Amino acid sequence: METVTLTIKNQPDLFLEADNIAPDAVAGKKAEEIADLHVYVGREQHRLGEFFEVSGNAGATPEETKIVVNGDLSRVKYIGMKMTGGEVVVNGNADMYVGAWMQGGKITVNGNVDAFAGTGMKGGELVVNGNAGNYLGAAYRGDWRGMKGGKITVTGNAGSDIGTFMNGGEIVVGGDVDVHVATHAEGGKIVIKGNAKSRLGGQMVEGEIYVLGTIDVMMPGFAYREDVDVDMDGIKGRFALYEGDLGERHRKRKGQTIYAKLYQRIEA
Amino acid sequence: MAEYLIKNGFVFDPVQGIKGDAVDVAIKDGKIVETTALSSPKVIDATGKTVMAGGVDIHAHVAGPKVNIGRNFRPEDKLFTYKPKNGIERMQGGFSVPTTIRTGYNYARMGYTTVMEAAMPPLYARHTHEEMRDTPILDQGAYPVFGNNWFVLEYLKNHEIENTAAYIAWLLRVTKGYAVKVVNPGGTEAWGWGLNCENVHDPVPYFDITPAQIIKGLIEANEYLGLPHSMHMHANNLGNPGNYTTTLDSFKLSEGIKPKSKFGRDQVLHHTHVQFHSYGGDSWGNMESKAKEIMDYVNSHDNITIDIGQVTLDETTTMTADGPFEHHLTELNHLKWANADVELETAAGVVPYLYSPNIKVCAIQWCIGLELALLAKDPMRVFITTDHPNAGLFIRYPRIMKWLMSTEAREQQFDAFKHKDKVIDATNLAGIDRELGLYEIAQMTRTGTAKSLGLSHLYGGLAPGLEADVAVYDFNPNKPYVPDDIEKAFLNAEHVFKAGVQVVKDHEIASNGNKRTLWVNAKVNENPQVMRDVKEKFLRYYTVNLNNYEVAGHYLPNPYVIEVDATE
Repeated sequence: METVTLTIKNQPDLFLEADNIAPDAVAGKKAEEIADLHVYVGREQHRLGEFFEVSGNAGATPEETKIVVNGDLSRVKYIGMKMTGGEVVVNGNADMYVGAWMQGGKITVNGNVDAFAGTGMKGGELVVNGNAGNYLGAAYRGDWRGMKGGKITVTGNAGSDIGTFMNGGEIVVGGDVDVHVATHAEGGKIVIKGNAKSRLGGQMVEGEIYVLGTIDVMMPGFAYREDVDVDMDGIKGRFALYEGDLGERHRKRKGQTIYAKLYQRIEA
Repeated sequence: MAEYLIKNGFVFDPVQGIKGDAVDVAIKDGKIVETTALSSPKVIDATGKTVMAGGVDIHAHVAGPKVNIGRNFRPEDKLFTYKPKNGIERMQGGFSVPTTIRTGYNYARMGYTTVMEAAMPPLYARHTHEEMRDTPILDQGAYPVFGNNWFVLEYLKNHEIENTAAYIAWLLRVTKGYAVKVVNPGGTEAWGWGLNCENVHDPVPYFDITPAQIIKGLIEANEYLGLPHSMHMHANNLGNPGNYTTTLDSFKLSEGIKPKSKFGRDQVLHHTHVQFHSYGGDSWGNMESKAKEIMDYVNSHDNITIDIGQVTLDETTTMTADGPFEHHLTELNHLKWANADVELETAAGVVPYLYSPNIKVCAIQWCIGLELALLAKDPMRVFITTDHPNAGLFIRYPRIMKWLMSTEAREQQFDAFKHKDKVIDATNLAGIDRELGLYEIAQMTRTGTAKSLGLSHLYGGLAPGLEADVAVYDFNPNKPYVPDDIEKAFLNAEHVFKAGVQVVKDHEIASNGNKRTLWVNAKVNENPQVMRDVKEKFLRYYTVNLNNYEVAGHYLPNPYVIEVDATE
């Protein structure tokens, strides 16, 4: 695997839209060619090389390419957008849309990410060793087709509206989350190892939410069913199982109505 | 102004009866002229290419409040569609509900130069005109909606044609409107009570009038005024299995009424997006095509024109003043829904929709639209539309041409349907081997629409004296081609002229043109009763006063007024 290293040298006055920082965009290119790729600042087009020191050449394909991005990237959007393979490592905080619409490969962020990380994700893996903003793994604004596959892991906390319109895949948050979890979801799995606030599973039709900590306010559309034992991917204990959202339409399978499931741990 | 000579192209001009002969077209001072009138023209070599007049779209939703609701509530429709400013081209975005800028450019790229906005809520006429003003290149007009308007319902309940006509004339003048549009007559008003009018005899609550009275009365009032275009109707019961009987009942209301217009049209009723109104069966399970029954009627009645409303099998945004229909649709597909009420005048709904080739109903709808066009005996009365963006996108017109011109292209699409056999059983299309030629396409997209609109003195042909709206397509009809060549060529005209200005050059936008807004100024005898009714309704019911209602001045920087005298 070939490694391309990008180190930010000039901060943009506004924000950089840098969807070319992805293995698919740089594959087959030499360092100078990568520096020539475009970025946008507002409506103006610039060269990637105006903002980043570029070293190393990319591999022939996205799968053979690793990109390491260093520095304060809190004004850089769309890192790893739509990537299908290969690897991106971000050493620093990144702005919005990290790994948005990604289909394959792996992104590791050693820092925090802002909102919309993993938006519309279809596959691959996004690991954030830090905190995530709002709309983690959510659908794009207005769209009813959200995250379909892949896995997002956040070691710290996440903001509000995670997994909105989720259809598949998995989101694991090591810490706490803000309001609105899996709103409108029709599939997928969300694991919250810390505490949650309120409005979990509003208008949720299918899929699973696991909360290991506390829930401030449970949605009235979720009904308690029974206590169950869970032993899954290192999560063990006795959980209270709720089903909902009872106010929504639900699919039937073999005569059984399928509900979204919310598990809250009551005993480790 | 520059003179142009478009030399040696294969010209298709139904106005002059030219069917693909190599003829030169001369442009001077914004008009088509005799070639002898030119002194030192710029010469465009059109050898081996197709030359037609600029396209005229009779029905599309491209400006106004419900279009903007579609833009606002579908950010996902814009995702990955933005194109930054580039030279003379301004920034563009959006797919099924594009920005005004993209609307103008994309029509121009297809060689279309005139586009009618099919439904303008009078109260929001200012907004509609603002958007049209911002749509480059195209000449445009807008049809105010009348079919659920309280004035109209009250006058026509007592068959007061003269008062209805005076009100229409007043409203066209204050909203700078072009024609009388009717959407689900009575049904949209009934929607205010949570009801609908499902056939022409289903009475409107409170107003106690039937859709039949509204339709017939508005046709008569339209002919009383002698407007350029006929009454333009979206009938009751759109989109429901078995609705073709309602459509035929609506057609029949025009029987015996003759056109009284000096603008050269022969019809008294234009029925729009007939595809949505040609369904048999009594459920989505047994829904079938009744295009034959519909076209038997249209073919044998000269006083009707229609457009097809072709389904293009895209993801799109439906939007109509048929409020109850949009609610029905959101109950079917469970996607998001927006609804708006426009005081005394109309309402609207907006719902995203995915026409999937894997869904039987969508495939049947696709067949029905093409059947309507292919069963047409007179292409001057049956027009290509998609009811943009309801059945499909206007940028698919070239694809529709391909389907109409090639059985091979239709077979390819049939093969892509998941339920091919069931679709063939429910429709007539597989048994139709007619292939339209470019002359018929020109009739269905330019000459016929211009005539139906009462604009054949300006558009639709290449005869000297007409506006110099000309499209040159990189398509040689005399050489072998595959179906996709048709779509490619007509989606991306090589040269386009609008009123003598070259707006597309070598397939690129070359000018933002001098867009004009067409409206109809109909003079009627003074009618104190109608003016008193207007004042009273504004005082009692409207949220705005009259001074804030009228459209004038900067809303139409470049108006083109068509004068009609209905005083006696």
